[in-house]
Amino acid sequence: MDINLTLLTQAIGFGLFIWFTAKFIWPPLMRAVESRQKQIADGLAAGEQGRQSLASAEKRIAEMIAEAKSKAGEIVATGEKFRSETMDQAKVEARAEGERIIAAAKAEIQQEVARAREQLRNQVADLAVEGASKILKREVDAKAHADLLAAIRSEL
Amino acid sequence: MSVTYDSPTEYIGHHLTFLTHRLDAGGFWTLNVDTMLASAVIGVLAFGFMWLVTRKATSGVPSKTQAFVELSVDFVNNEVKSIYTGSNKLIAPIALTTFVLTLFMNAMDFLPIDIVSGGLHAIGFQKFRYVPTADVNTTFALAFEVFGISIFFAIKAKGLGGWVRELFCAPFGASPFLWPFNLLFNCVEYVSKTLSHSLRLFGNMYAGELIFLLLGLLGATGIAGVIFGAVLHLGWSIFELLIVILQAYIFMMLAAVYIAMAYEHH
Repeated sequence: MDINLTLLTQAIGFGLFIWFTAKFIWPPLMRAVESRQKQIADGLAAGEQGRQSLASAEKRIAEMIAEAKSKAGEIVATGEKFRSETMDQAKVEARAEGERIIAAAKAEIQQEVARAREQLRNQVADLAVEGASKILKREVDAKAHADLLAAIRSEL
Repeated sequence: MSVTYDSPTEYIGHHLTFLTHRLDAGGFWTLNVDTMLASAVIGVLAFGFMWLVTRKATSGVPSKTQAFVELSVDFVNNEVKSIYTGSNKLIAPIALTTFVLTLFMNAMDFLPIDIVSGGLHAIGFQKFRYVPTADVNTTFALAFEVFGISIFFAIKAKGLGGWVRELFCAPFGASPFLWPFNLLFNCVEYVSKTLSHSLRLFGNMYAGELIFLLLGLLGATGIAGVIFGAVLHLGWSIFELLIVILQAYIFMMLAAVYIAMAYEHH
């Protein structure tokens, strides 16, 4: 165990190796390691973000589906309501129309009846006048007995 | 290529002798060529490999080699983060260098000593110790450098005045009467930290090497000795695996702790 000049040369060599490591080995290697760590961290963060956005998208989809369902229900209900309303209205209108037609028909019938009656009346009056003139064998002055004839007519 | 030894003492002595180159008068002015060469080759291979991986490093899906290097870098980074949370960006690279260097230097201990020595002998190296951390010069160099770095950062963080003030006024108190005691205490702390830091690694690796040599001696006692020695060798290798990694880890952690302590205010 003798100390000699080797001590100095070894110390210089060690110093050179330290310099070499600190200059050429450590920084690039740590850079690589650190940038990989960052990449991995970023990847994990992106994955987490993706999962979160997927969850929120799923939530939004569920909301949209629920909304669409309720809207569809509303539309169906409105349609139903509209249908029943229009049907009721149609019924009412049809009834009114029917009643109107019936009333018109009745009025026409009555008119027809009145006209027929009038005609009949005239004919009866003429017949009666003719019969009476035949019986009396003489001309009845239609003009002179107009009042009488009118009275008979209104009695018929 | 086989080498013969006359006695166990010669065998062990031969394996524990450095390949030296004398400059000038020798003594301190001697270079352990084997330690220098081995640590240089180990360092160049280890850091060159990491550098090659780094050059092709991608922040996308990493290759298996890149993942392996990143794993060790991340390990060191986390250990340092648990010790030091300040803004100094150099502590972690220093800890990584320390860990990788000591780990691979320690791991040289796994090479079967007699086969490698025989090969080195064949190409002309009579003596060659290739476990640099079993050389006290290496461990002292590492520990002194860590010590120097910690002092440098301490002065950088507190200013020269602040650092000197702490040398005299901590930990006992700021009274002038206590200054010598504070200084003495701090000196003892610095010396013991550095000594224990280096000698712990050196002792472990030296002992590991020595035990491999002793087990190798068993091979000289016959067939039974070879089998017994091989079994023990396997057991010790497995145990040594733990020691190699543990000592590199401890050395790295202590280096990081000592440097991080430079930022503590008393």
